[in-house]
Amino acid sequence: MSFLNSRNEYGWFSIIVHWLMAAAVFGLFFLGYFMVDLDYYSPWYNRAPHLHEGLGLLFGALLLVRLVARWLNPPPPPLASLNAMERITARAVHSLFYALMLAIVVSGYLISSAGDRAVPVFNWFSVPSLPLPLEQQEDVAGKWHRWIGWSLVIAGGLHALAAIKHHLVDRDRTLRRIVGL
Amino acid sequence: MKRLLAIMGLVGSTILISAPARSADYIIDIEGMHAAIQFRIQHLGFSWLVGNFNEFDGHFSYDSDRPEQASVAVTINPASIDSNHAQRDKHLRGEDFLFVEKYPDASFNSTRIEANGADKLTIIGDLTLRGVTREITIDAEKVGAGPDPWGGFRMGFTGTTRLVLKDYGMTKSLGPSATAVDLILQVEGIKQDDEKAGGKR
Repeated sequence: MSFLNSRNEYGWFSIIVHWLMAAAVFGLFFLGYFMVDLDYYSPWYNRAPHLHEGLGLLFGALLLVRLVARWLNPPPPPLASLNAMERITARAVHSLFYALMLAIVVSGYLISSAGDRAVPVFNWFSVPSLPLPLEQQEDVAGKWHRWIGWSLVIAGGLHALAAIKHHLVDRDRTLRRIVGL
Repeated sequence: MKRLLAIMGLVGSTILISAPARSADYIIDIEGMHAAIQFRIQHLGFSWLVGNFNEFDGHFSYDSDRPEQASVAVTINPASIDSNHAQRDKHLRGEDFLFVEKYPDASFNSTRIEANGADKLTIIGDLTLRGVTREITIDAEKVGAGPDPWGGFRMGFTGTTRLVLKDYGMTKSLGPSATAVDLILQVEGIKQDDEKAGGKR
């Protein structure tokens, strides 16, 4: 298998990035889901949000790299065995994922950077806030962040079920392609 | 006709002037913001965390000869809470604390006032916060009163009260030293009972 995508196959760069971001989407969702209800005296009360912010921004950086890579080296088209409706759906779902992933990063950044706060990425570097004229930015962004997060994991779950259906029912290479087999 | 109107006006104003003396009404100086609703709560038992409710409005009436007939009414926008930390303020506005989406209004209305001599007052009234209305007692003190330099008449009070968080449905634990929050109130009112002062703040 090559590093880059070929006409019919995903390269291992795409495969690694896909699974890394899949793990990040679910991992960050559960981290976020549990951290908001932590007991004030939990040792994770400050640590979990710090981790969530840092990982979230690194996820955003990786997403930008992925979008550039995708533009320079497009993925293989949907399998020839798919019908027209399936092809359109596949493309639409992929676009939806990119939109949701961008939106989850932006909304998360807007929560964390509200009140002119630089968002720390571990103790490595900080991303400065933007001087945005938004009223109660942290509340509005928070509401969006929650719903986009839920949308992402639900869409991710359906995406996984669809891949399994392709593998078991249609018996095509959809799932095998993205695991590099 | 003009003369008739003039006479009616004269009669009208005479009635106003000769109306029985009553407690003077004051509106809280929001325009010049000579008022504050501050809160403070212990952090872990190690320090005080302070913040403000930035948006509120209200009025009071007070006559130093009959302080027990005084009254005060204030409305507060709980979403205007400001502890100088946006992420904490988001949490404070959320369901764990003020739940402003469901309970966007808070208010205080006095029901009776006891005078304790030397400008000290005990203000008893109903506080509505997070959908709960409870009787609270504010220990207040008149700071001063008199004509201001711009043609108005002002009077100011300071007061404190303490609220137990769980009384208002705020059950999120912040530790044993942080079960209650103090409210520290600063109020300056501008007298409203004559036409000239009416527009000035």
